[in-house]
Amino acid sequence: MSLADTLVDAPVDGAHSHVDPQSASAAGFVPDASRAERTASFDLDAFPVPRGREEEWRFTPVRKLAGLFDIGDQLQPGHLLVQADLPPDVTTATITAAEAQALGILPPQDRAAAVAAAVDDALLLDIPAESEPDTPIRLRLEGTGETVHGHIVIRAGRHSRATVVLEHSGSARYTQLVSVVTGDSADLTVVSSQRWNDDAVHLAQHDALVGRDSTYKHVSVTLGGQVVRINANVRYAGPGGDATLLGVYFADAGQHLEHRSFIDHNTPHCKSRVTYKGALQGESARTVWVGDVLIRKEAEGTDTYELNRNLVLTDGARADSVPNLEIETGEIAGAGHASATGRFDDLQLFYLQSRGIPEDQAKRLVVRGFFADIIRHVPLADLRDEVTAAIEDELAATEYAAPTLNHSGTASKEN
Amino acid sequence: MSDLTDPTATADATDAKGKHTLEIKGLMVSVETEDGPKEILRGVDLTVNSGETHALMGPNGSGKSTLAYSVAGHPKYTVTGGTVTLDGEDVLAMSVDKRARAGLFLAMQYPVEVPGVSVSNFLRTAKTAIDGEAPKLRTWVKDVKAAMGNLRMDAAFAERNVNEGFSGGEKKRHEILQMQLLHPKIAILDETDSGLDVDALKVVSEGVNRVKSESDVGVLLITHYTRILRYIKPDFVHVFIEGKIVEEGGAELADRLEDEGYDRYATPASA
Ligand SMILES: Nc1ncnc2c1ncn2[C@@H]1O[C@H](COP(=O)(O)OP(=O)(O)O)[C@@H](O)[C@H]1O
Ligand SMILES: [Mg+2]
Repeated sequence: MSLADTLVDAPVDGAHSHVDPQSASAAGFVPDASRAERTASFDLDAFPVPRGREEEWRFTPVRKLAGLFDIGDQLQPGHLLVQADLPPDVTTATITAAEAQALGILPPQDRAAAVAAAVDDALLLDIPAESEPDTPIRLRLEGTGETVHGHIVIRAGRHSRATVVLEHSGSARYTQLVSVVTGDSADLTVVSSQRWNDDAVHLAQHDALVGRDSTYKHVSVTLGGQVVRINANVRYAGPGGDATLLGVYFADAGQHLEHRSFIDHNTPHCKSRVTYKGALQGESARTVWVGDVLIRKEAEGTDTYELNRNLVLTDGARADSVPNLEIETGEIAGAGHASATGRFDDLQLFYLQSRGIPEDQAKRLVVRGFFADIIRHVPLADLRDEVTAAIEDELAATEYAAPTLNHSGTASKEN
Repeated sequence: MSDLTDPTATADATDAKGKHTLEIKGLMVSVETEDGPKEILRGVDLTVNSGETHALMGPNGSGKSTLAYSVAGHPKYTVTGGTVTLDGEDVLAMSVDKRARAGLFLAMQYPVEVPGVSVSNFLRTAKTAIDGEAPKLRTWVKDVKAAMGNLRMDAAFAERNVNEGFSGGEKKRHEILQMQLLHPKIAILDETDSGLDVDALKVVSEGVNRVKSESDVGVLLITHYTRILRYIKPDFVHVFIEGKIVEEGGAELADRLEDEGYDRYATPASA
């Protein structure tokens, strides 16, 4: 059976549906509470230090996260080396935690984010109203082996149109909060690339409050790091918002790469698309995808779809994939989700090989093709090439498993 | 076409510029099913030489695709007996890709979708693999364009993903396009005619005939119907029933099948 074959779409009925997520490891798991009831607060004490049993931490190796759940020595905070490429009309400033909150950012949803939100030297990136910079805003964030808590606020003014690229590299133990607030009819793309060294730990919450009629796109590319957990969240400030969350990840032996998203459809007539694709290879390579979508009672006319696919290249790797779709109104334009995890499609390989293409090369073609529809959305050619090249490098080291089915699981709602 | 007009041709079957021979002898193949292995091919003998066109005709389920896939090396099928050689080389010992590089080509009955891989990338990669070197860019682009034009394929086709969302006719044209560009020694065309309307059938048949006239390719044309044989003239016709060739003849045998169907070959077991 092939990866494609494992994608099943099953209808879900009822105005309030709780779709059972299924995956190899989480078959039949149903969260005990609605996502709406999850704590969200700037108060660090609102979040106990995670032990690994909590719903939002149950997949994460919390024992590798020592030092990231407490603010630590505020007199000697760690830092990343920051190098910024700023187009002329984009400005930066350092603001306090209180000033950041006053900008209307979304509150932290776990303890790591609350730690990051508490720093008093947050970086504010200001994209003025109606500005359309020709070049992207690039922030190169390089770890130098320190423990770092960091907060970046991106304010995109009304009718602005811009791309922000966050490029993470080096070694660090890093809790990060990225808070995006977009004005009416803004169009903002945020790319976050994780090309950390093998020992890095990165716990991130990337939030966006998407303005009325605004378009927001978040692309995460996670290739490096020991433990990387990126939670990308969206809430809408008014109707007409359109949010797209995309992700590619490639986990090698010993890596834990986790992506979670929460789309809070709290406003009528908004749209969301979530697509994450991952590949895994090597002993104990581990990926997690948890996609929460909540369509609140007031969010009539919502249109949402989320998809996660994982390609398991070798034995010993494990992918968890958990879509959660909660629907509290019957008046939606569309809502669905799908998830599939599998090995190489042996028919695809046979077809390519039957044209003379050697097996290794055929596999590279299939993997490249698997990621193509996401990499296409990476906005800069040099970044696209870099990601493609990085994936090729990963594949060059692969010793493939036999192409047989691993597992599958999904449920979906189509309206 | 004929070696009489080709001064370099010799009678030596292994001569790279001359004649090639695909020889299938006593081939027995089974497939794994839930109830254990199921025998499908029960001793197939068939020889295809360069320049020859063989039609293999048989009813649905007789094992025609199994024969084609087994020669190409599909992982689903297990060869339990017999031999397949190309110019004396043991094909069954070769990997799937090596068989193709040795000069075998299979136009599949059900071509496979490969998401995210464009036709142009796929064709160039295949050509490079088969030739052992990348084609010269200028002539390659021209060749692809010309071949696509001949098959009435829109240029935009090259940027689509392999077989993804292709209509039945587009898939078959794409198979013949590959045959034309990869220059196989022996090509097996598995029901290239099925699912095509008359216009598409003509275009595809013209494509096959063009390859035949431009090269010395040997063709094994697998079909259920006689219709395609109006456009592609077979030198030999083999009737295939229940995993075996039961009758052989020239083109006239196809005419008889047209009139009489396969019923007269029915054995008590299959009737
Ligand atoms: N994977 C399989 N599992 C079970 N039976 C199979 C499988 N593949 C082929 N067969 C059976 O083998 C026989 C021959 O199939 P096929 O070679 O496709 O015939 P044809 O191409 O002549 O229609 C059929 O009875 C078919 O059902
Ligand atoms: Mg068939």
